[in-house]
Amino acid sequence: MATAAPAFAPLAREEHEALIEVSGLERTFMVGDEPLTVLRGIDFTIPRGAYVAIIGPSGSGKSTLMYQLGCLDTPSAGTVRLAGYDVGSLDDAELAALRNRFIGFVFQAFNLLPRTTAVDNVALPLRYAGVGLRERRRRAREALGRVALSHREDHTPERLSGGERQRVAIARAIVTEPALLLCDEPTGNLDQKVGREIVELFERLNDELGVTVIIVTHDPSLARRVRRVIKLVDGRLVHDGPPTADL
Amino acid sequence: MLDHILSALQALTANKVRSALTMLGVIIGVLAVTLLVSVGDGARAYIDKTLSGIGTNLLIVQPGRRETRGLGGPPTGNISRPLTMDDVTALKRQGTLLRDVSPIVAGGGAIRFENRQRDSTVFGVGAGFGDLRNMHVDVGSFIREEDLTARRRVAVVGRTVAKALFGNDSPLGRTVRISDGRFRIVGILEKKGTSLGFDLDDLVFIPATTASDLFHQDFLSQILTAARNKAEVQQAILQIEEILARRRNGENEVTVQSQDDLIGVLGTVTSAMTAALLAIASVSLLVGGIGIMNIMLVSVRERTREIGVRRALGATRHDILLQFLIEALVLATVGGLIGLGIGGGLIAAVNSAAPDVPLKLSPWIATIAFGASFAVGIASGVVPARRAAELDPVDALRYE
Repeated sequence: MATAAPAFAPLAREEHEALIEVSGLERTFMVGDEPLTVLRGIDFTIPRGAYVAIIGPSGSGKSTLMYQLGCLDTPSAGTVRLAGYDVGSLDDAELAALRNRFIGFVFQAFNLLPRTTAVDNVALPLRYAGVGLRERRRRAREALGRVALSHREDHTPERLSGGERQRVAIARAIVTEPALLLCDEPTGNLDQKVGREIVELFERLNDELGVTVIIVTHDPSLARRVRRVIKLVDGRLVHDGPPTADL
Repeated sequence: MLDHILSALQALTANKVRSALTMLGVIIGVLAVTLLVSVGDGARAYIDKTLSGIGTNLLIVQPGRRETRGLGGPPTGNISRPLTMDDVTALKRQGTLLRDVSPIVAGGGAIRFENRQRDSTVFGVGAGFGDLRNMHVDVGSFIREEDLTARRRVAVVGRTVAKALFGNDSPLGRTVRISDGRFRIVGILEKKGTSLGFDLDDLVFIPATTASDLFHQDFLSQILTAARNKAEVQQAILQIEEILARRRNGENEVTVQSQDDLIGVLGTVTSAMTAALLAIASVSLLVGGIGIMNIMLVSVRERTREIGVRRALGATRHDILLQFLIEALVLATVGGLIGLGIGGGLIAAVNSAAPDVPLKLSPWIATIAFGASFAVGIASGVVPARRAAELDPVDALRYE
C-alpha cells in the first residue's frame, strides 16, 4: 500500500535539460509574530549530471535551501522546479512521490533505522515506491555492491563503523536510481580519511551513473573538489561558479 | 498492507521488552474478559441445562392470581379457593392439551427407622409426577394411582435418605415413621445428585391424598402438569385457566407458570450477571488500551527523526499514519490473542480437571474479546498515529 508514484508525464519531463530551476526563491518563517526571511530571492539552474557544493556560514540559509531543493518544504515566493515540476504547486502525496522518485538523501547523522539490517535499510525507499519485497531486497543488495558493502548486508548499523554507515546511507540514496543526490554535511560526522573516501564515492557515482550531486557543507576542503560552488550569505546568493581561493 | 504489518512487527521486535510490557495490559484485559464472561456464560448454560432436565414443557399451577410472571413463592393475598384433588381430576378429564397431571402437597418431617432419623423434604404427589419430573425409581415402583385412591401409607425414598436410614441394606419393604404415620417403602429413586443447590436424593414421596391426611391439610400446594408439545404451551395454559375458572364461578384464581418462564427469569439474572462481569473486565481492557496509547505517544516522540527520514525517502502522511496505527493494532491484537490463548488454556484445564465447574468458552466470547482488542488498538493508535503523520518533515528531520 506504499504510495506509488503518481502518473508523471514521464519522458518529456525527464528529458528536460535543467534538473533544477530556482527563480526568485524566497522563504519566510514566522518566529512568534515576527516574519523572518531566510532566503531572499535566489536564482540558479543546475543541469543534469552536475556536481555542485552549496556553502555558507551558519544561518546563511543553506539548510533551508536544501530542504527546498529536497521538496521537503515549499517556497513562500518564487519557484523551485525539479525535473520540470513546480514544487510549490504539489500536494503532500505528490511531493512524497517526487522525493521518492527523483531524490536520494544523504544526511550528516546517517539516519539509518536502528536494529534493522543494512539490506533492509537500503530497501526502505523502494517500499514507498511500491516495489515488491523480493525485488526490493535484490536491488538493495545491488546498491550495497556499488558502495562495496556486500559483505555487510546483514549487519545492523550498531555493528558498522561510521564510514560503513554512511556508505549504507548512500546505497539507500541511490537504490531508487534518483536523478539527484542531495547530501547534507555528509562528512561532518566522519574523520578526514573516511570523509575523503565518501567524497570519492560521490565523485565516482557522479561519473559512472551520471547522477547529479549537490553537497551542502561548510567544509572548504570539500568545496574545493567540486566543479561549481553556490555560496549563500545571509539568505542571498553571493557566489555561483568554480571554487575560488577565498571560500 | 502485508508490508505495513511486517514493518510494524519489525519495529516492535526491535524493542521487545517495551512491546511485551505494553501488551501485558491488553493480555490481562482480554484474559479478564474471557474468564469472567466464561463464568457468566457457564452459569447460564448450567442453569439452562438443569432447568431443561427437570422435565419437558412443564406447567405449574399455583393458587391465587398474579399478573406478573416470574419466580417466587405461591402468590400471597386473597386466595378465595385453594387447589384441590377435584381440580386435579377436572384437569385430567378435560385437559385435552395436557400430558399428565399430578397434585403436589409439600411438607417436611422427620423420617425415622429404629433409632436413626433424617429430616427430609416430603412431597405428596400423584402417579404422574415421576414421569413429569424425570424422576424414576430404579428399585421397586413409584407411587401408583391406586395408592392415591386407597390413601395408602407407602413411600418412595431418595438415595440420600435410604443411605442415612439403612446404610447398605435394602430399604425396600421396610417400614419407616414419617411424622406420626407408619409408611412402607415401595421404591427407591435413581441417583440424581444436586441441582441448583438442592439435594434431589434427599426427598421422600408419598401419595398426595395420604399427605393431606398426614399434614392435616386438605388443599394442594401446587398442581404439576405439562403441555403435550412445545407449540401448545400457551394454549395449554389458557385451557388450564379455563377449566379451573369454570369450577370457580368463572373467576380466574390461579397462576400458571411454564418451564420457559422459569428459564427466562433465571436467564435474565445470569445475563445481568454476565453483563456486570463484562463491564468490570472492560475496565482492565480500557487500562490496557491507555497503556498502548501512552507508549505509542512516547514512541512517536522518540522516533521523530525516523519519521522525518521516512518522509524524505518518500513516505506520505498516509504511510506514516498507517505505520503507527498498525503498530498499535498489532500490539493490541497480538496481546488479545495471547490473552485469549491463556484464557482458553485455563478454561480447558479447569474443564478437564473439574468437569462440574460451569465454565464455558463460547465462540462469541472469543470473537468479542478479539474484537475488543482490535477496537482498543484502533482507539489507542489513532491519536499517536495522527500526531506522527502531522509532523512537518523538516522539523522532524531537525529533531534532536
